[in-house]
Amino acid sequence: MEERIRGVLAQHGRMPVDVAGISDRADLYQAGLTSHASVNVMLALEDEFEIEFPQEMLKKKTFESVSAIRQALSELGATV
Amino acid sequence: MSHGEESPAVAATARIASEIAAPAAASVDRDARFPKEAFDALREEKLLSALVPERFGGMGASLAEVARMVSLLSRQCASTGMIYAMHQIQVACLVRHGTTPVLEDYLRCEVVARQALLASATTEIGRGGDVRSSTCAVDVEGDHFRLVKQAPVISYGEVADAVLVTARRTPESPPNDQVLVLCRTPSVTLEPRSGWDTLGFRGTCSLGFLLEAAGSVDEILPQPYGDISAQTMLPTSHLLWASVWLGMADEALSRANAFVRSEARKTPDTLPPSAVQLAELAALHHQLAASVELGISRYCSIADDEEELTTMLFALEMNALKVSGSTLVAELVTRALQICGISGYREDSPYSLGRLLRDAYGAALMVSNHRINTNSAHMLLVAGR
Ligand SMILES: Cc1cc2nc3c(=O)[nH]c(=O)nc-3n(C[C@H](O)[C@H](O)[C@H](O)COP(=O)(O)OP(=O)(O)OC[C@H]3O[C@@H](n4cnc5c(N)ncnc54)[C@H](O)[C@@H]3O)c2cc1C
Repeated sequence: MEERIRGVLAQHGRMPVDVAGISDRADLYQAGLTSHASVNVMLALEDEFEIEFPQEMLKKKTFESVSAIRQALSELGATV
Repeated sequence: MSHGEESPAVAATARIASEIAAPAAASVDRDARFPKEAFDALREEKLLSALVPERFGGMGASLAEVARMVSLLSRQCASTGMIYAMHQIQVACLVRHGTTPVLEDYLRCEVVARQALLASATTEIGRGGDVRSSTCAVDVEGDHFRLVKQAPVISYGEVADAVLVTARRTPESPPNDQVLVLCRTPSVTLEPRSGWDTLGFRGTCSLGFLLEAAGSVDEILPQPYGDISAQTMLPTSHLLWASVWLGMADEALSRANAFVRSEARKTPDTLPPSAVQLAELAALHHQLAASVELGISRYCSIADDEEELTTMLFALEMNALKVSGSTLVAELVTRALQICGISGYREDSPYSLGRLLRDAYGAALMVSNHRINTNSAHMLLVAGR
């Protein structure tokens, strides 16, 4: 699942670094993910994993790292 | 926030507003000068540390109280109210996020004991009003930092005791990886690069500067600016700016009301035509007052919940308050002018609306509504369904 998350980040995150080199726990905002780009990442994750983020999950913490995103996706029942 | 049972801080501010800020307002505006007499008086009453908790020696006032104080000052002189609001926004950031011993000492010894005045440099030349990205960067060597920033506008920079400055965390960091740095006198210099001869908010003396600062790394707020912005800087800015606009709206409504009353006295037994326009104005004023009060109670209800403060829904609400409040205040003053007619257009009449009108047009520009709506538009793509 981490690889698919990284794929989405690489395609939609507009980050100035190589996403493949980012560790699971690294802070994505510090790595250059802007709030505008994070919205595109959220939309792309919803398509990729066929889920919908509920309102209460739409906060900074949910998307702060690859492992935080994986955790959120698991909670929503997304499968690999 | 009923008017009957006001706290001593609010009562002292009300007195300063009517006895000191009001008579100075015309010259502050005409000469584009800092409202020194009002700030001397606010310092005397220790009102610059109103928001500082009692454990640091401050008053421990609530944001609702400070909002009321901002409105009272703004009603008499919007520049005075705006400066007071901007200072309190910086204090709120230090209180919540200034968790190093050095920063706590600053609150205790400078903000409380010396009534230090804090300014802000979040915008940067070349980045427009996009405050969530920086070009300049903090340069750390050992336990000291250096920082140079080209600031297009720093309100009351020339008389401030410190400036809270955004910058990239390191020279290698991406533009959005920002920190907030306390740059304090005497180790910060501000070299004026542009003047402040503007349509309104003339007393804020918001010159452009080349800012050069040095200091201890302990003066860098430890949390990422993204968190400080979401939890404190953005909500308190929008709430206290809107409180400035509400104070201005209070005054516009009051002038229109006085004008209509004087018309009614001239023609007893018939309702002057402007009376119906006044009723419309009062309804608009109610909208602004209600949205400010709703915003403040919403913020206060989640102020201790860091995660809730960083939700998109909350950010959308605070953005909506800024955009609608800044639009409403200009509409309100314009309508008050229509009611008062030539008496409102005159500069030498008790119904004069010129300064309020000029100040009101600043509201939509201080962080452009278009930019704020662009941020909200992004969030609405995923939130709010
Ligand atoms: C009274 C007053 C006091 C101020 N005090 C301070 C202070 O103390 N410290 C401080 O840091 N700042 C302060 N500011 C804010 C600062 O001056 C301006 O908000 C900032 O300089 C932006 O200026 P701008 O309007 O030219 O830029 P922009 O925000 O770039 O706006 C200009 C125009 O460009 C459009 N635009 C350009 N790019 C975009 C985009 N990507 N998205 C949306 N719209 C876009 C906007 O819609 C707008 O029409 C103050 C402003 C005022 C009015």
